[in-house]
Amino acid sequence: MARLLSFTAFILSIVASPSNVAAKDGDFLDGGKLVLTNAASSIEGASGGGIATWATISGLETDRGIGVTGHVTVIELPDYGWQSHGVAIGIANRVELSYARQNFDTRDVGTALGLGQGYTLNQDVFAAKLRLAGDLVYGEPLVPQISVGVQHKRNLDGAVTTAVGADSPNGTDFTLSASKLILSRSLLVSATARYTEANQTGLLGFGSAAGKGYDFQFEGSLAYQLSRRAIIGAEMRTKPDNLGLGEDNWMDLFAAFAVTDNVTVTAAYADLGSIATFENQRGAFLSAQIAF
Amino acid sequence: MFSIILTLVMLQESPASNIDWDKEFGVEEKVRDPLTGEFPIEPFAPDNANAGAEPFDNAKMASYFGGHEGIRKIAERTVELSEQDPRISAIFVARDTVRLKRTLFEQFCYLLDAGCDYSGRDMITAHADLGVKMADLNALVENLQKAMREERVPFAVQNRFLAKLAPMSKDVVTR
Repeated sequence: MARLLSFTAFILSIVASPSNVAAKDGDFLDGGKLVLTNAASSIEGASGGGIATWATISGLETDRGIGVTGHVTVIELPDYGWQSHGVAIGIANRVELSYARQNFDTRDVGTALGLGQGYTLNQDVFAAKLRLAGDLVYGEPLVPQISVGVQHKRNLDGAVTTAVGADSPNGTDFTLSASKLILSRSLLVSATARYTEANQTGLLGFGSAAGKGYDFQFEGSLAYQLSRRAIIGAEMRTKPDNLGLGEDNWMDLFAAFAVTDNVTVTAAYADLGSIATFENQRGAFLSAQIAF
Repeated sequence: MFSIILTLVMLQESPASNIDWDKEFGVEEKVRDPLTGEFPIEPFAPDNANAGAEPFDNAKMASYFGGHEGIRKIAERTVELSEQDPRISAIFVARDTVRLKRTLFEQFCYLLDAGCDYSGRDMITAHADLGVKMADLNALVENLQKAMREERVPFAVQNRFLAKLAPMSKDVVTR
């Protein structure tokens, strides 16, 4: 009888075990990336630094799993307030699908421009990124991780983008990124070429009614890894001036810290130059990201 | 279905208790070397090139790691942490970790130019049947980082050492 019971227990354990096995060798939200190597969330929702896109794939998954990321970013500027939030899915550290919503509060400038006090420009960004080759950390030291990306942006304030002289409220950016953590120097180096016609990343629409359109822009990041959880660095991003409003290049100095394996906070001093003729938009950038 | 299984279970005869199952299945018992405590392995030609990278040309590196003593602690601690790590402990269950601790020490010591020869197998052979995934390698790296941190190896130096090991990932990760 005792044997019968133990056999029954054995059968039950077999019936019950597949889920346990799956959890150990799991595919969904199982993590596995080294801390910080999923990067932060850029303002367009793709994984990267703060203002620059990197070749990294979001989420903590490795080549056999699926990961997810959620983020919130605020940028406090002298005349404007930026708020964005988004989600991203990383598949097998190969494909990244992301969505971000950007809300740009014009505050008093809204009155000056005749939009109304606190008029907020809104934009949706739907993006996809594909890792073509290489690994951010492993492999040959001088062979970077290389990714291509597409970011489709839909500005929700078409009347404003038309009024400022943009050709379209919707546009698509194409990116080619190379990123590498040079371990021997604890340096992260990243460069992105962006083919775009976006004005102020699309918040002021795309191209110009006068016919200015697509051009190549550059995004670069250089960062030093202080510890497993902390990294400091600088970023820059060139921008076109299709509308003749004196649009400036952007730069920031940032520090990112992985509070836990899942939560990364990024703080930066950002210089966004002139936005809609209001000069010297320099302020604080703060972003929080949760990833699995 | 279940009642059929139960019936079969109740009908089956229990095997005689004096059968040597190892002999029945041709299992050879491996015996640890009384001196080293290691299991014997297939003979091969030892060569420092098996360590998988050129050593540092810089005596400072070894001193950052606390010389032989520190390097040995770090190598052994990395193995111990990994044996206790639920993410990757299964990889080490049926492995000769006595030998692994020694060969890992030799490899680290050789690469750090601390005056050792590496007597272990090359990285491809040593990892051929371990079925290591990328996530497993990341877990091992985290354990090595923890071991180095405990020995107060400066972070930038840890990364310099990891830079030596990182290109070996293609030989270690097999699935």
